[in-house]
Amino acid sequence: MIGFIFRRLLQAIPMVIGVSLIAFALMHLAPGGPLAVYTLNPTIQAQDIERIKVILGLDQPLHIQYWKWATGMLTGHWGFSFFGGRPVLDIILERFPATLILMGSALSVAIILGLGVGILGAVKRYSIFDTLATSGALVALSFPTFWFGLMAIFLFAINLRWLPSGGMYEFGEEGNILSLLRHLVLPTMVLALVITATWSRYTRSAFLEVMNQDFMRTARAKGEPQSARLFRHAFPNAAKPLIALLGVELPFLFSGALVTETIFGWPGMGRLFVDSLNMKEYPILMGLMMFTALFVILGNLIADIAIAAMDPRVRLV
Amino acid sequence: MSGRVWRRFVTHRLALAGLVTVSVLLLAAILAPILAPRDPTLIETQLRFLAPFANASLPLGSDELGRDTLSRLLYGGRVSLTVGLVAMVTTVLTGAVIGIAAGYLGGIVDTLLMRFVDTMLCFPQVFLLLVVAAFVPPTLLSISLVIGLTSWMEVSRIVRSEILQLKEQDFIAAARALGASRTRIMFRELLPNAAAPILVAATLKVASAVLMESYISYLGYGVQPPMASWGNMLTNAQGYLDTVPWLAILPGIAITLTVMGFNFLGDGLRDALDPRLRMDP
Repeated sequence: MIGFIFRRLLQAIPMVIGVSLIAFALMHLAPGGPLAVYTLNPTIQAQDIERIKVILGLDQPLHIQYWKWATGMLTGHWGFSFFGGRPVLDIILERFPATLILMGSALSVAIILGLGVGILGAVKRYSIFDTLATSGALVALSFPTFWFGLMAIFLFAINLRWLPSGGMYEFGEEGNILSLLRHLVLPTMVLALVITATWSRYTRSAFLEVMNQDFMRTARAKGEPQSARLFRHAFPNAAKPLIALLGVELPFLFSGALVTETIFGWPGMGRLFVDSLNMKEYPILMGLMMFTALFVILGNLIADIAIAAMDPRVRLV
Repeated sequence: MSGRVWRRFVTHRLALAGLVTVSVLLLAAILAPILAPRDPTLIETQLRFLAPFANASLPLGSDELGRDTLSRLLYGGRVSLTVGLVAMVTTVLTGAVIGIAAGYLGGIVDTLLMRFVDTMLCFPQVFLLLVVAAFVPPTLLSISLVIGLTSWMEVSRIVRSEILQLKEQDFIAAARALGASRTRIMFRELLPNAAAPILVAATLKVASAVLMESYISYLGYGVQPPMASWGNMLTNAQGYLDTVPWLAILPGIAITLTVMGFNFLGDGLRDALDPRLRMDP
Protein backbone atom coordinates (compact mmCIF):
# COMPACT_ATOMS: atom_id res chain seq x y z
CA MET A 1 0.00 0.00 0.00
CA ILE A 2 2.80 2.40 0.88
CA GLY A 3 4.45 1.53 -2.41
CA PHE A 4 1.21 2.36 -4.23
CA ILE A 5 0.84 5.71 -2.47
CA PHE A 6 4.45 6.55 -3.29
CA ARG A 7 4.06 5.66 -6.97
CA ARG A 8 0.78 7.59 -7.19
CA LEU A 9 2.45 10.64 -5.61
CA LEU A 10 5.25 10.45 -8.18
CA GLN A 11 2.64 10.40 -10.97
CA ALA A 12 1.10 13.57 -9.59
CA ILE A 13 4.32 15.57 -9.98
CA PRO A 14 4.24 15.89 -13.81
CA MET A 15 0.56 16.87 -13.51
CA VAL A 16 1.44 19.69 -11.12
CA ILE A 17 4.19 20.89 -13.47
CA GLY A 18 1.82 20.64 -16.45
CA VAL A 19 -0.87 22.61 -14.67
CA SER A 20 1.57 25.35 -13.70
CA LEU A 21 2.87 25.58 -17.28
CA ILE A 22 -0.64 25.96 -18.70
CA ALA A 23 -1.67 28.57 -16.12
CA PHE A 24 1.54 30.53 -16.70
CA ALA A 25 1.21 30.34 -20.48
CA LEU A 26 -2.43 31.47 -20.41
CA MET A 27 -1.61 34.62 -18.47
CA HIS A 28 1.41 35.53 -20.56
CA LEU A 29 -0.10 34.81 -23.96
CA ALA A 30 -2.94 37.21 -23.19
CA PRO A 31 -2.97 40.34 -25.34
CA GLY A 32 -1.57 43.15 -23.24
CA GLY A 33 -0.04 40.52 -20.98
CA PRO A 34 -0.23 40.63 -17.24
CA LEU A 35 0.12 44.41 -17.31
CA ALA A 36 -3.11 45.11 -19.23
CA VAL A 37 -4.56 46.71 -16.11
CA TYR A 38 -1.82 49.36 -16.21
CA THR A 39 -1.47 49.83 -19.95
CA LEU A 40 -5.20 50.54 -20.25
CA ASN A 41 -5.03 53.20 -17.55
CA PRO A 42 -4.53 56.59 -19.28
CA THR A 43 -3.04 58.28 -16.21
CA ILE A 44 -0.06 55.93 -16.21
CA GLN A 45 2.83 56.93 -18.45
CA ALA A 46 5.16 54.77 -20.49
CA GLN A 47 8.13 55.14 -18.13
CA ASP A 48 5.93 54.14 -15.18
CA ILE A 49 4.99 50.96 -16.98
CA GLU A 50 8.67 50.25 -17.61
CA ARG A 51 9.32 50.74 -13.87
CA ILE A 52 6.44 48.41 -12.92
CA LYS A 53 7.80 45.85 -15.38
CA VAL A 54 11.18 45.92 -13.65
CA ILE A 55 9.63 45.78 -10.19
CA LEU A 56 7.48 42.78 -11.12
CA GLY A 57 10.36 41.13 -12.98
CA LEU A 58 8.45 41.16 -16.28
CA ASP A 59 11.48 42.48 -18.17
CA GLN A 60 13.25 39.14 -17.72
CA PRO A 61 13.10 36.20 -20.16
CA LEU A 62 10.00 34.02 -19.89
CA HIS A 63 11.72 30.90 -18.61
CA ILE A 64 13.31 32.86 -15.74
CA GLN A 65 9.95 34.44 -14.91
CA TYR A 66 8.37 31.00 -14.88
CA TRP A 67 11.11 29.57 -12.69
CA LYS A 68 10.78 32.40 -10.18
CA TRP A 69 7.00 32.14 -10.18
CA ALA A 70 6.98 28.33 -9.83
CA THR A 71 9.54 28.23 -7.03
CA GLY A 72 7.61 31.02 -5.35
CA MET A 73 4.43 28.92 -5.52
CA LEU A 74 6.23 26.03 -3.85
CA THR A 75 7.31 28.19 -0.94
CA GLY A 76 3.91 29.84 -0.50
CA HIS A 77 4.77 33.15 -2.20
CA TRP A 78 1.98 33.45 -4.73
CA GLY A 79 2.60 37.10 -5.58
CA PHE A 80 0.62 40.23 -4.70
CA SER A 81 -2.65 41.64 -5.97
CA PHE A 82 -2.54 44.73 -8.23
CA PHE A 83 -5.14 46.52 -6.15
CA GLY A 84 -4.24 46.67 -2.49
CA GLY A 85 -1.00 44.75 -2.91
CA ARG A 86 -2.07 41.92 -0.61
CA PRO A 87 -0.58 38.41 -0.83
CA VAL A 88 -2.62 36.39 -3.34
CA LEU A 89 -2.58 33.23 -1.26
CA ASP A 90 -4.06 35.13 1.72
CA ILE A 91 -6.85 36.51 -0.44
CA ILE A 92 -7.68 33.06 -1.82
CA LEU A 93 -7.53 31.33 1.56
CA GLU A 94 -9.82 34.00 2.97
CA ARG A 95 -12.48 33.05 0.37
CA PHE A 96 -11.85 29.31 0.41
CA PRO A 97 -13.95 28.40 3.51
CA ALA A 98 -17.13 29.89 2.00
CA THR A 99 -16.65 27.83 -1.19
CA LEU A 100 -15.85 24.74 0.85
CA ILE A 101 -19.05 25.14 2.89
CA LEU A 102 -21.14 25.55 -0.26
CA MET A 103 -19.51 22.70 -2.17
CA GLY A 104 -19.57 20.43 0.90
CA SER A 105 -23.25 20.95 1.57
CA ALA A 106 -24.21 20.61 -2.11
CA LEU A 107 -22.11 17.47 -2.48
CA SER A 108 -23.59 15.88 0.66
CA VAL A 109 -27.13 16.55 -0.52
CA ALA A 110 -26.30 15.30 -4.00
CA ILE A 111 -24.63 12.10 -2.79
CA ILE A 112 -27.43 11.18 -0.40
CA LEU A 113 -30.20 11.91 -2.92
CA GLY A 114 -28.27 10.50 -5.86
CA LEU A 115 -27.42 7.26 -4.07
CA GLY A 116 -31.02 6.84 -2.92
CA VAL A 117 -32.54 7.46 -6.34
CA GLY A 118 -29.86 5.45 -8.14
CA ILE A 119 -30.09 2.37 -5.90
CA LEU A 120 -33.88 2.38 -5.97
CA GLY A 121 -33.79 2.75 -9.74
CA ALA A 122 -31.41 -0.20 -10.09
CA VAL A 123 -33.43 -2.41 -7.76
CA LYS A 124 -36.75 -1.55 -9.39
CA ARG A 125 -35.37 -1.41 -12.91
CA TYR A 126 -37.82 -0.33 -15.65
CA SER A 127 -40.47 0.53 -13.04
CA ILE A 128 -42.35 3.83 -13.34
CA PHE A 129 -40.05 5.29 -10.67
CA ASP A 130 -36.96 4.22 -12.62
CA THR A 131 -38.23 5.68 -15.90
CA LEU A 132 -39.17 8.95 -14.23
CA ALA A 133 -35.86 9.12 -12.37
CA THR A 134 -33.66 8.46 -15.41
CA SER A 135 -35.49 10.91 -17.66
CA GLY A 136 -35.72 13.40 -14.78
CA ALA A 137 -31.94 13.19 -14.36
CA LEU A 138 -31.43 13.95 -18.06
CA VAL A 139 -33.76 16.94 -17.78
CA ALA A 140 -31.90 18.18 -14.68
CA LEU A 141 -28.59 17.88 -16.54
CA SER A 142 -29.99 20.23 -19.20
CA PHE A 143 -30.81 23.05 -16.79
CA PRO A 144 -28.53 26.08 -17.01
CA THR A 145 -27.35 26.47 -13.39
CA PHE A 146 -27.64 30.26 -13.38
CA TRP A 147 -31.17 30.22 -14.74
CA PHE A 148 -32.23 27.64 -12.18
CA GLY A 149 -30.69 29.96 -9.56
CA LEU A 150 -32.64 32.97 -10.87
CA MET A 151 -35.86 30.95 -10.83
CA ALA A 152 -35.14 29.77 -7.27
CA ILE A 153 -34.64 33.39 -6.18
CA PHE A 154 -37.81 34.42 -7.99
CA LEU A 155 -39.88 31.69 -6.35
CA PHE A 156 -38.46 31.29 -2.84
CA ALA A 157 -37.00 34.71 -2.12
CA ILE A 158 -39.17 37.17 -4.05
CA ASN A 159 -42.56 35.50 -4.23
CA LEU A 160 -42.77 33.31 -1.15
CA ARG A 161 -40.26 35.32 0.92
CA TRP A 162 -39.13 32.14 2.66
CA LEU A 163 -35.41 32.51 2.15
CA PRO A 164 -32.86 35.28 1.56
CA SER A 165 -31.90 35.91 -2.07
CA GLY A 166 -28.18 36.26 -1.54
CA GLY A 167 -25.17 36.75 0.71
CA MET A 168 -23.94 34.52 3.48
CA TYR A 169 -25.22 36.24 6.63
CA GLU A 170 -27.77 38.92 7.52
CA PHE A 171 -26.12 42.26 8.08
CA GLY A 172 -24.55 42.35 11.54
CA GLU A 173 -25.03 38.64 12.16
CA GLU A 174 -21.69 37.40 10.82
CA GLY A 175 -20.84 34.06 12.40
CA ASN A 176 -24.46 33.24 13.32
CA ILE A 177 -24.92 29.61 12.30
CA LEU A 178 -28.70 29.83 11.85
CA SER A 179 -28.33 32.81 9.56
CA LEU A 180 -25.70 30.89 7.59
CA LEU A 181 -27.98 27.88 7.20
CA ARG A 182 -30.86 30.02 5.95
CA HIS A 183 -28.57 31.59 3.35
CA LEU A 184 -27.15 28.21 2.40
CA VAL A 185 -30.43 26.54 1.37
CA LEU A 186 -30.95 28.09 -2.09
CA PRO A 187 -27.31 27.98 -3.29
CA THR A 188 -27.05 24.37 -2.12
CA MET A 189 -30.22 23.44 -3.97
CA VAL A 190 -29.00 25.09 -7.16
CA LEU A 191 -25.49 23.62 -7.06
CA ALA A 192 -26.73 20.17 -6.02
CA LEU A 193 -29.24 19.76 -8.87
CA VAL A 194 -26.81 18.82 -11.62
CA ILE A 195 -24.54 16.77 -9.34
CA THR A 196 -27.52 14.81 -8.01
CA ALA A 197 -28.51 13.96 -11.56
CA THR A 198 -25.01 12.75 -12.42
CA TRP A 199 -24.77 10.75 -9.20
CA SER A 200 -28.09 9.01 -9.62
CA ARG A 201 -27.18 8.00 -13.19
CA TYR A 202 -23.80 6.61 -12.20
CA THR A 203 -25.11 4.94 -9.03
CA ARG A 204 -27.82 3.21 -11.02
CA SER A 205 -25.44 1.85 -13.64
CA ALA A 206 -22.80 0.89 -11.03
CA PHE A 207 -25.40 -1.11 -9.07
CA LEU A 208 -26.88 -2.71 -12.16
CA GLU A 209 -23.43 -3.88 -13.17
CA VAL A 210 -22.68 -5.37 -9.74
CA MET A 211 -26.10 -6.94 -9.30
CA ASN A 212 -25.65 -9.08 -12.41
CA GLN A 213 -22.51 -10.73 -11.07
CA ASP A 214 -22.16 -14.28 -9.80
CA PHE A 215 -21.50 -13.49 -6.15
CA MET A 216 -24.80 -11.64 -5.99
CA ARG A 217 -26.60 -14.71 -7.29
CA THR A 218 -24.78 -16.84 -4.72
CA ALA A 219 -25.79 -14.46 -1.94
CA ARG A 220 -29.37 -14.71 -3.13
CA ALA A 221 -29.18 -18.51 -3.30
CA LYS A 222 -27.92 -18.54 0.28
CA GLY A 223 -31.17 -16.84 1.20
CA GLU A 224 -29.74 -13.51 2.29
CA PRO A 225 -32.38 -10.78 2.57
CA GLN A 226 -32.33 -8.07 -0.09
CA SER A 227 -31.10 -5.35 2.28
CA ALA A 228 -28.05 -7.42 3.26
CA ARG A 229 -27.34 -8.25 -0.37
CA LEU A 230 -27.54 -4.61 -1.34
CA PHE A 231 -25.53 -3.09 1.46
CA ARG A 232 -23.05 -5.84 2.40
CA HIS A 233 -22.34 -7.27 -1.04
CA ALA A 234 -23.33 -4.81 -3.74
CA PHE A 235 -22.45 -1.53 -2.07
CA PRO A 236 -18.71 -2.08 -1.45
CA ASN A 237 -18.27 -3.17 -5.06
CA ALA A 238 -20.37 -0.40 -6.56
CA ALA A 239 -18.63 2.17 -4.36
CA LYS A 240 -15.33 2.09 -6.27
CA PRO A 241 -16.48 3.72 -9.52
CA LEU A 242 -18.45 6.21 -7.43
CA ILE A 243 -15.38 7.26 -5.43
CA ALA A 244 -13.51 7.68 -8.70
CA LEU A 245 -16.43 9.79 -9.96
CA LEU A 246 -16.05 12.00 -6.90
CA GLY A 247 -12.53 12.89 -8.02
CA VAL A 248 -13.50 13.35 -11.65
CA GLU A 249 -16.48 15.58 -10.76
CA LEU A 250 -14.41 18.06 -8.73
CA PRO A 251 -13.75 20.47 -11.63
CA PHE A 252 -17.49 20.50 -12.47
CA LEU A 253 -18.19 21.27 -8.84
CA PHE A 254 -15.86 24.28 -8.99
CA SER A 255 -17.45 25.46 -12.26
CA GLY A 256 -20.90 25.12 -10.73
CA ALA A 257 -19.77 26.89 -7.56
CA LEU A 258 -18.49 29.83 -9.62
CA VAL A 259 -21.86 30.31 -11.30
CA THR A 260 -23.84 29.71 -8.09
CA GLU A 261 -21.70 32.11 -6.07
CA THR A 262 -22.10 34.81 -8.72
CA ILE A 263 -25.89 34.60 -8.65
CA PHE A 264 -26.24 34.47 -4.88
CA GLY A 265 -23.45 36.90 -4.02
CA TRP A 266 -21.82 34.12 -2.03
CA PRO A 267 -18.39 35.41 -0.90
CA GLY A 268 -16.36 32.44 -2.12
CA MET A 269 -13.63 31.74 -4.64
CA GLY A 270 -15.92 31.69 -7.66
CA ARG A 271 -17.16 35.18 -6.86
CA LEU A 272 -13.54 36.25 -6.33
CA PHE A 273 -12.71 34.84 -9.76
CA VAL A 274 -15.44 36.81 -11.53
CA ASP A 275 -14.57 40.01 -9.65
CA SER A 276 -10.87 39.55 -10.46
CA LEU A 277 -11.73 38.96 -14.10
CA ASN A 278 -13.65 42.24 -14.23
CA MET A 279 -10.68 44.08 -12.67
CA LYS A 280 -8.05 42.21 -14.74
CA GLU A 281 -6.39 41.08 -11.52
CA TYR A 282 -3.96 38.66 -13.19
CA PRO A 283 -2.08 37.60 -10.04
CA ILE A 284 -5.33 36.54 -8.35
CA LEU A 285 -6.67 34.85 -11.50
CA MET A 286 -3.44 32.90 -11.93
CA GLY A 287 -3.51 31.99 -8.25
CA LEU A 288 -7.12 30.79 -8.47
CA MET A 289 -6.41 28.70 -11.59
CA MET A 290 -3.51 27.04 -9.77
CA PHE A 291 -5.40 26.63 -6.51
CA THR A 292 -8.39 24.88 -8.08
CA ALA A 293 -6.20 22.69 -10.32
CA LEU A 294 -4.03 21.64 -7.37
CA PHE A 295 -7.18 20.91 -5.37
CA VAL A 296 -8.45 18.73 -8.23
CA ILE A 297 -5.13 16.85 -8.44
CA LEU A 298 -5.18 16.30 -4.68
CA GLY A 299 -8.81 15.17 -4.77
CA ASN A 300 -8.08 12.60 -7.46
CA LEU A 301 -5.03 11.42 -5.52
CA ILE A 302 -7.13 10.86 -2.40
CA ALA A 303 -9.85 9.11 -4.42
CA ASP A 304 -7.28 6.75 -5.99
CA ILE A 305 -5.73 5.95 -2.61
CA ALA A 306 -9.17 5.29 -1.11
CA ILE A 307 -9.99 2.91 -3.97
CA ALA A 308 -6.65 1.13 -3.52
CA ALA A 309 -7.34 0.81 0.20
CA MET A 310 -10.65 -0.88 -0.60
CA ASP A 311 -9.42 -3.13 -3.36
CA PRO A 312 -6.00 -4.82 -3.16
CA ARG A 313 -6.08 -5.61 -6.89
CA VAL A 314 -5.75 -1.92 -7.75
CA ARG A 315 -2.49 -1.61 -5.79
CA LEU A 316 -0.70 -4.02 -8.10
CA VAL A 317 -1.12 -1.85 -11.19
CA MET B 1 -28.25 4.72 -40.96
CA SER B 2 -29.21 1.08 -41.27
CA GLY B 3 -32.81 -0.03 -40.75
CA ARG B 4 -32.02 -1.73 -37.46
CA VAL B 5 -30.41 1.37 -36.01
CA TRP B 6 -33.32 3.52 -37.17
CA ARG B 7 -35.84 1.14 -35.57
CA ARG B 8 -33.94 1.21 -32.26
CA PHE B 9 -33.88 5.00 -32.48
CA VAL B 10 -37.59 5.55 -33.15
CA THR B 11 -38.65 3.22 -30.33
CA HIS B 12 -36.66 5.46 -27.98
CA ARG B 13 -39.36 7.97 -27.11
CA LEU B 14 -37.09 10.53 -25.44
CA ALA B 15 -34.74 10.49 -28.41
CA LEU B 16 -37.60 11.11 -30.79
CA ALA B 17 -38.78 13.98 -28.61
CA GLY B 18 -35.23 15.33 -28.74
CA LEU B 19 -35.14 15.09 -32.52
CA VAL B 20 -38.44 16.94 -32.85
CA THR B 21 -37.37 19.67 -30.39
CA VAL B 22 -34.02 20.16 -32.10
CA SER B 23 -35.61 20.28 -35.56
CA VAL B 24 -38.20 22.85 -34.48
CA LEU B 25 -35.55 25.03 -32.81
CA LEU B 26 -33.20 24.83 -35.81
CA LEU B 27 -36.06 25.67 -38.16
CA ALA B 28 -37.09 28.62 -35.99
CA ALA B 29 -33.51 29.90 -35.98
CA ILE B 30 -33.13 29.54 -39.74
CA LEU B 31 -36.49 31.20 -40.44
CA ALA B 32 -35.98 33.93 -37.82
CA PRO B 33 -36.07 36.79 -40.37
CA ILE B 34 -39.45 35.54 -41.63
CA LEU B 35 -40.95 34.57 -38.28
CA ALA B 36 -39.81 37.54 -36.20
CA PRO B 37 -42.56 40.17 -36.00
CA ARG B 38 -40.08 43.06 -35.58
CA ASP B 39 -36.45 44.06 -35.75
CA PRO B 40 -34.89 42.56 -32.59
CA THR B 41 -32.77 45.68 -31.99
CA LEU B 42 -35.62 48.17 -32.52
CA ILE B 43 -35.90 50.30 -29.37
CA GLU B 44 -39.29 51.81 -28.55
CA THR B 45 -39.23 53.10 -25.00
CA GLN B 46 -42.96 53.79 -24.91
CA LEU B 47 -43.50 50.05 -25.30
CA ARG B 48 -41.32 49.01 -22.33
CA PHE B 49 -42.08 46.02 -20.12
CA LEU B 50 -45.15 44.77 -21.97
CA ALA B 51 -46.43 41.47 -20.61
CA PRO B 52 -46.71 38.50 -22.97
CA PHE B 53 -49.97 38.44 -24.97
CA ALA B 54 -50.76 42.05 -23.93
CA ASN B 55 -50.09 43.54 -27.35
CA ALA B 56 -50.79 41.77 -30.63
CA SER B 57 -47.70 43.13 -32.38
CA LEU B 58 -45.37 42.05 -29.55
CA PRO B 59 -46.70 38.55 -28.79
CA LEU B 60 -44.26 37.66 -26.00
CA GLY B 61 -43.99 41.15 -24.54
CA SER B 62 -41.02 43.52 -24.51
CA ASP B 63 -37.94 44.27 -22.43
CA GLU B 64 -36.61 47.31 -20.58
CA LEU B 65 -35.93 49.13 -23.87
CA GLY B 66 -39.20 48.15 -25.51
CA ARG B 67 -37.57 45.54 -27.76
CA ASP B 68 -39.76 42.65 -28.86
CA THR B 69 -39.02 39.54 -26.80
CA LEU B 70 -40.16 37.03 -29.44
CA SER B 71 -37.91 38.56 -32.10
CA ARG B 72 -35.01 38.64 -29.67
CA LEU B 73 -35.59 35.01 -28.73
CA LEU B 74 -35.62 33.97 -32.39
CA TYR B 75 -32.49 35.94 -33.31
CA GLY B 76 -30.87 34.97 -30.02
CA GLY B 77 -31.53 31.36 -30.95
CA ARG B 78 -29.66 31.87 -34.21
CA VAL B 79 -26.68 33.19 -32.27
CA SER B 80 -26.76 30.50 -29.57
CA LEU B 81 -27.21 27.63 -32.03
CA THR B 82 -24.52 28.95 -34.39
CA VAL B 83 -22.06 29.21 -31.51
CA GLY B 84 -23.12 25.75 -30.32
CA LEU B 85 -22.62 24.14 -33.73
CA VAL B 86 -19.32 25.87 -34.58
CA ALA B 87 -17.97 25.09 -31.10
CA MET B 88 -19.04 21.47 -31.55
CA VAL B 89 -17.20 21.22 -34.89
CA THR B 90 -14.06 22.69 -33.28
CA THR B 91 -14.34 20.31 -30.34
CA VAL B 92 -14.85 17.25 -32.53
CA LEU B 93 -12.08 18.12 -35.00
CA THR B 94 -9.53 18.80 -32.24
CA GLY B 95 -10.62 15.85 -30.15
CA ALA B 96 -10.67 13.44 -33.10
CA VAL B 97 -7.24 14.43 -34.43
CA ILE B 98 -5.63 14.20 -30.98
CA GLY B 99 -7.47 10.98 -30.12
CA ILE B 100 -6.51 9.29 -33.41
CA ALA B 101 -2.87 10.41 -33.15
CA ALA B 102 -2.60 9.20 -29.55
CA GLY B 103 -4.41 5.92 -30.18
CA TYR B 104 -2.78 4.94 -33.44
CA LEU B 105 0.76 6.24 -33.00
CA GLY B 106 0.98 5.08 -29.38
CA GLY B 107 4.23 5.23 -27.43
CA ILE B 108 5.62 8.59 -26.42
CA VAL B 109 3.11 10.54 -28.57
CA ASP B 110 0.26 8.81 -26.77
CA THR B 111 1.75 9.39 -23.33
CA LEU B 112 2.43 13.08 -23.96
CA LEU B 113 -0.95 13.79 -25.54
CA MET B 114 -2.91 11.97 -22.87
CA ARG B 115 -0.97 13.61 -20.03
CA PHE B 116 -1.81 16.94 -21.69
CA VAL B 117 -5.48 15.92 -21.72
CA ASP B 118 -5.32 14.94 -18.03
CA THR B 119 -3.71 18.27 -17.19
CA MET B 120 -6.28 20.31 -19.11
CA LEU B 121 -9.04 18.43 -17.31
CA CYS B 122 -7.68 19.59 -13.93
CA PHE B 123 -8.95 23.09 -14.66
CA PRO B 124 -12.67 23.70 -14.16
CA GLN B 125 -14.01 24.39 -17.66
CA VAL B 126 -15.84 27.59 -16.74
CA PHE B 127 -12.64 29.02 -15.20
CA LEU B 128 -10.60 28.18 -18.30
CA LEU B 129 -13.33 29.48 -20.58
CA LEU B 130 -13.72 32.80 -18.74
CA VAL B 131 -9.99 33.50 -18.58
CA VAL B 132 -9.55 32.94 -22.31
CA ALA B 133 -12.83 34.66 -23.23
CA ALA B 134 -11.79 37.74 -21.25
CA PHE B 135 -8.59 38.00 -23.32
CA VAL B 136 -9.95 37.75 -26.86
CA PRO B 137 -12.26 40.32 -28.43
CA PRO B 138 -15.70 38.69 -28.33
CA THR B 139 -16.92 37.88 -31.84
CA LEU B 140 -19.20 34.95 -32.67
CA LEU B 141 -16.24 33.07 -34.16
CA SER B 142 -13.87 33.72 -31.26
CA ILE B 143 -16.49 32.71 -28.69
CA SER B 144 -17.18 29.47 -30.57
CA LEU B 145 -13.47 28.69 -30.92
CA VAL B 146 -12.79 29.39 -27.25
CA ILE B 147 -15.63 27.08 -26.19
CA GLY B 148 -14.47 24.42 -28.64
CA LEU B 149 -10.82 24.59 -27.62
CA THR B 150 -11.63 24.21 -23.92
CA SER B 151 -13.91 21.20 -24.27
CA TRP B 152 -12.31 18.72 -26.70
CA MET B 153 -10.62 16.60 -24.02
CA GLU B 154 -13.40 14.06 -23.43
CA VAL B 155 -13.83 13.60 -27.17
CA SER B 156 -10.14 12.79 -27.59
CA ARG B 157 -10.39 10.16 -24.84
CA ILE B 158 -13.46 8.56 -26.44
CA VAL B 159 -11.82 8.52 -29.90
CA ARG B 160 -8.54 7.16 -28.53
CA SER B 161 -10.16 4.23 -26.77
CA GLU B 162 -12.17 3.42 -29.90
CA ILE B 163 -9.01 3.55 -32.05
CA LEU B 164 -7.15 1.27 -29.61
CA GLN B 165 -9.78 -1.41 -30.21
CA LEU B 166 -10.04 -0.85 -33.96
CA LYS B 167 -6.34 -0.85 -34.75
CA GLU B 168 -5.95 -4.48 -33.64
CA GLN B 169 -8.51 -5.64 -36.19
CA ASP B 170 -7.76 -7.48 -39.39
CA PHE B 171 -8.78 -4.77 -41.84
CA ILE B 172 -6.06 -2.50 -40.47
CA ALA B 173 -3.49 -5.26 -40.82
CA ALA B 174 -4.75 -5.70 -44.39
CA ALA B 175 -4.44 -1.97 -45.11
CA ARG B 176 -0.92 -1.99 -43.73
CA ALA B 177 -0.01 -5.03 -45.84
CA LEU B 178 -1.32 -3.22 -48.91
CA GLY B 179 1.15 -0.46 -48.16
CA ALA B 180 -1.28 2.26 -47.03
CA SER B 181 0.40 5.24 -45.44
CA ARG B 182 -0.05 6.08 -41.76
CA THR B 183 -2.12 9.15 -42.56
CA ARG B 184 -4.33 7.10 -44.86
CA ILE B 185 -4.87 4.42 -42.21
CA MET B 186 -5.63 7.01 -39.54
CA PHE B 187 -8.06 9.16 -41.50
CA ARG B 188 -9.46 6.88 -44.21
CA GLU B 189 -9.62 3.54 -42.40
CA LEU B 190 -9.84 4.23 -38.65
CA LEU B 191 -11.79 7.49 -38.56
CA PRO B 192 -14.89 6.32 -40.52
CA ASN B 193 -15.09 3.23 -38.32
CA ALA B 194 -15.05 5.35 -35.19
CA ALA B 195 -17.88 7.51 -36.56
CA ALA B 196 -20.61 6.20 -34.23
CA PRO B 197 -19.11 7.29 -30.88
CA ILE B 198 -17.95 10.56 -32.47
CA LEU B 199 -21.47 11.31 -33.70
CA VAL B 200 -22.88 10.69 -30.21
CA ALA B 201 -20.21 12.85 -28.57
CA ALA B 202 -20.80 15.59 -31.15
CA THR B 203 -24.53 15.71 -30.40
CA LEU B 204 -23.93 15.91 -26.66
CA LYS B 205 -21.25 18.57 -27.23
CA VAL B 206 -23.73 20.89 -28.97
CA ALA B 207 -25.77 20.76 -25.75
CA SER B 208 -22.83 21.62 -23.54
CA ALA B 209 -21.58 24.33 -25.94
CA VAL B 210 -24.99 26.06 -25.91
CA LEU B 211 -24.88 25.88 -22.12
CA MET B 212 -21.34 27.31 -21.99
CA GLU B 213 -22.23 30.13 -24.38
CA SER B 214 -25.11 31.08 -22.11
CA TYR B 215 -22.82 31.03 -19.05
CA ILE B 216 -20.18 33.33 -20.49
CA SER B 217 -22.69 35.62 -22.20
CA TYR B 218 -24.59 35.88 -18.92
CA LEU B 219 -21.36 36.88 -17.14
CA GLY B 220 -20.68 39.50 -19.84
CA TYR B 221 -17.76 37.84 -21.65
CA GLY B 222 -19.69 36.22 -24.49
CA VAL B 223 -22.03 37.67 -27.10
CA GLN B 224 -22.15 41.44 -26.67
CA PRO B 225 -25.24 43.67 -26.83
CA PRO B 226 -27.02 44.87 -28.91
CA MET B 227 -26.76 41.40 -30.49
CA ALA B 228 -29.12 39.17 -28.55
CA SER B 229 -28.18 35.77 -27.22
CA TRP B 230 -30.20 33.76 -24.73
CA GLY B 231 -27.40 34.18 -22.19
CA ASN B 232 -27.09 37.96 -22.36
CA MET B 233 -30.88 38.40 -22.38
CA LEU B 234 -30.78 36.89 -18.89
CA THR B 235 -28.11 39.32 -17.66
CA ASN B 236 -30.45 42.30 -18.05
CA ALA B 237 -33.50 40.35 -16.97
CA GLN B 238 -31.93 39.58 -13.59
CA GLY B 239 -32.39 43.19 -12.51
CA TYR B 240 -36.15 43.06 -13.15
CA LEU B 241 -36.77 39.66 -11.57
CA ASP B 242 -39.17 41.03 -8.97
CA THR B 243 -41.29 43.11 -11.36
CA VAL B 244 -41.10 41.53 -14.83
CA PRO B 245 -40.12 37.88 -14.25
CA TRP B 246 -41.08 36.66 -17.73
CA LEU B 247 -38.04 38.45 -19.16
CA ALA B 248 -35.93 35.90 -17.25
CA ILE B 249 -38.26 32.94 -17.66
CA LEU B 250 -38.49 32.91 -21.47
CA PRO B 251 -34.78 32.83 -22.47
CA GLY B 252 -34.16 30.23 -19.75
CA ILE B 253 -36.85 27.98 -21.19
CA ALA B 254 -35.28 28.39 -24.63
CA ILE B 255 -31.82 27.36 -23.35
CA THR B 256 -33.21 24.42 -21.36
CA LEU B 257 -35.26 23.14 -24.31
CA THR B 258 -32.27 23.32 -26.65
CA VAL B 259 -29.86 21.63 -24.25
CA MET B 260 -32.46 19.00 -23.36
CA GLY B 261 -33.24 18.34 -27.02
CA PHE B 262 -29.60 17.69 -27.91
CA ASN B 263 -29.04 15.63 -24.74
CA PHE B 264 -32.04 13.40 -25.48
CA LEU B 265 -30.98 13.08 -29.10
CA GLY B 266 -27.42 12.15 -28.11
CA ASP B 267 -28.59 9.60 -25.56
CA GLY B 268 -30.95 8.05 -28.10
CA LEU B 269 -28.25 7.92 -30.77
CA ARG B 270 -25.90 6.19 -28.32
CA ASP B 271 -28.48 3.54 -27.50
CA ALA B 272 -29.36 3.06 -31.16
CA LEU B 273 -25.87 3.04 -32.67
CA ASP B 274 -24.06 1.08 -30.03
CA PRO B 275 -26.04 -0.78 -27.41
CA ARG B 276 -22.75 -1.62 -25.63
CA LEU B 277 -22.34 2.03 -24.65
CA ARG B 278 -25.69 2.30 -22.89
CA MET B 279 -25.74 3.94 -19.48
CA ASP B 280 -27.93 1.02 -18.54
CA PRO B 281 -26.04 -2.27 -18.93
